Amino acid sequence: MTREEIVDAIKDIIRTIAPDEELSGLKSDVRLREQIALDSMDFLDIVMELRKRYGVQVPEEDYKELATLDGCVAYLHPRLKDRPAKVGV
Amino acid sequence: MSAPRYDAIVLGAGMSGLSAAIRLAQFDRRVLLVERHSLPGGLNSWYKRAGRRFDTGLHALTNYVPRGTSGTPLAKILRQLRIPYEALQLAPQRRSEVVFPAERLSFSNDIGLLESEVARAFPASREGFARLIECVRSANPFDAQAPFASARARLLEFTLDPELVEMLLLPLLWYGSALAEDLAWDDFVILFRSLYLEGFARPEGGVKTLLDLLVARAKESGAQLRMNCPVRRIVVEGGAARGIELESGETLACDQVYSSAGWVETRALAGAPAPQEDRGWVTIFETLCVTRTPHRARGHDAAITFFSQVERPRWREPAELVGFESGVLCCSDNYQTREEPAEGLLRATLLANHDRWSELPEQEYAAHKRAAAASLEELSARFVPDPRPQTLFRDGFTPRTIRRYTAHAGGAVYGSPLRHRDGLSGIANLFLVGNDQGLVGVIGTLLSGITMANLHGLYAQHT
Ligand SMILES: Cc1cc2nc3c(=O)[nH]c(=O)nc-3n(C[C@H](O)[C@H](O)[C@H](O)COP(=O)(O)OP(=O)(O)OC[C@H]3O[C@@H](n4cnc5c(N)ncnc54)[C@H](O)[C@@H]3O)c2cc1C
Repeated sequence: MTREEIVDAIKDIIRTIAPDEELSGLKSDVRLREQIALDSMDFLDIVMELRKRYGVQVPEEDYKELATLDGCVAYLHPRLKDRPAKVGV
Repeated sequence: MSAPRYDAIVLGAGMSGLSAAIRLAQFDRRVLLVERHSLPGGLNSWYKRAGRRFDTGLHALTNYVPRGTSGTPLAKILRQLRIPYEALQLAPQRRSEVVFPAERLSFSNDIGLLESEVARAFPASREGFARLIECVRSANPFDAQAPFASARARLLEFTLDPELVEMLLLPLLWYGSALAEDLAWDDFVILFRSLYLEGFARPEGGVKTLLDLLVARAKESGAQLRMNCPVRRIVVEGGAARGIELESGETLACDQVYSSAGWVETRALAGAPAPQEDRGWVTIFETLCVTRTPHRARGHDAAITFFSQVERPRWREPAELVGFESGVLCCSDNYQTREEPAEGLLRATLLANHDRWSELPEQEYAAHKRAAAASLEELSARFVPDPRPQTLFRDGFTPRTIRRYTAHAGGAVYGSPLRHRDGLSGIANLFLVGNDQGLVGVIGTLLSGITMANLHGLYAQHT
């Protein structure tokens, strides 16, 4: 997966969990939770969807790495770069 | 038994069983949901009679918030179950009311109405009520470590008129207290938000709209549903649940069992009965009456009227078949539906005594049921337009009916007064969901299934 595909994958997961949130103007360097209403249950769902869709395990101590879209890409790209993108499972 | 075929078996396709099954299946657990009836819903199901569809229970869905609100119980449930807000087709209430011998208070899905009503009827309590609202807004009622605090005791701090306290408590007790006379402060906070800060709505199409969505989500997520499938026992070996045995004699193995049958009922199914006194006591007598004209056309626009005939209504099991001190009158046609209702529907509810109904000789049961229904209709006519001259169809049920259809001991609608917040049953791999786990009502039990599936099935096994 490319960096762009990872951003799309994250947005797609957020869209599944929180369909009412507006995602088009998301800034990549600002914490997601400051831009859209995501509570801790939603955040855990993002982690579980990542595992379900792409087989990535994010241990609890790494959750903080996923706070921004940039953070998600930096954390996930090394783990997903050899995988094909698949969106909307 | 053979090797595990399911990661989880969920017992009961009521609100909590459905939501637990959806959560587990959504994250690829192999889930089997078993239900003894042909229809889902449990205490809140539906049936057809006289060419109409009736909800078995639903007066109101609590916790109404408009679309786009996040962080409230309803919003959390929709997100966790991946159900779009519009799909519920919520019709908000017009208003509701609490009627006592000397005073009445209106409330709606805008807390401003209740604030102005309190200011009008109890001017000296105005400031205390504002402080109470602030306190309820900022409280954290979900601290599992917090010791029990009585709501009645905490309410003294706000120096409210004692009659106002009774009037505020009545709807909260009716919609959520399995305790006698009181409720826990945390439950008070949760219920105050659910009823007064958020409010009431009804899905257009009634509870079936919600149940259809839940069943569809369960199937889409990959859960297997088996209806008409009563469970005879939960198989426990070496102190841990290993599976279930059906009435048919078939046994099914699994790693975890989630039971929505109730605390007392689940322990009995697992061969480790709980003490008799753990049984819940809140059970009801309810009548339904279809009237020719909708209530609004007869000058009545309240969706729900909580009434008391006495200054301080008791909240405990009545000594007689039914208790007439307080009750709930629900005009199901007083929600703001897109289509104007063609008829009225009045649901009238009183507290009842399960054992008294059960002890009645068979030949006297029907006569007592008719007599109680007649008294209840007469009583209703003091608070809402008289249903009697307008009746097209009537039906009713007693605690016996509830026990027969839901298998809840004592026909209890809110489960045991003992809560099992952690969902632990005392038997490994066997977890409680629903009324007896924590919160009651449709929203409370949907949330229960979700949080228990998350805690014991998803988060625990995630890392
Ligand atoms: C008349 C009435 C009106 C109500 N009105 C409202 C309202 O307006 N608003 C509101 O929010 N709440 C209302 N409630 C409360 C609400 O219905 C309950 O709190 C909630 O539905 C309980 O859900 P549950 O999942 O805990 O249990 P249940 O609904 O009881 O589900 C348990 C399921 O397990 C099944 N089961 C049990 N034993 C077995 C077995 N051995 N084998 C197979 N299946 C089994 C049962 O058949 C049932 O389907 C009302 C309740 C009643 C009775």
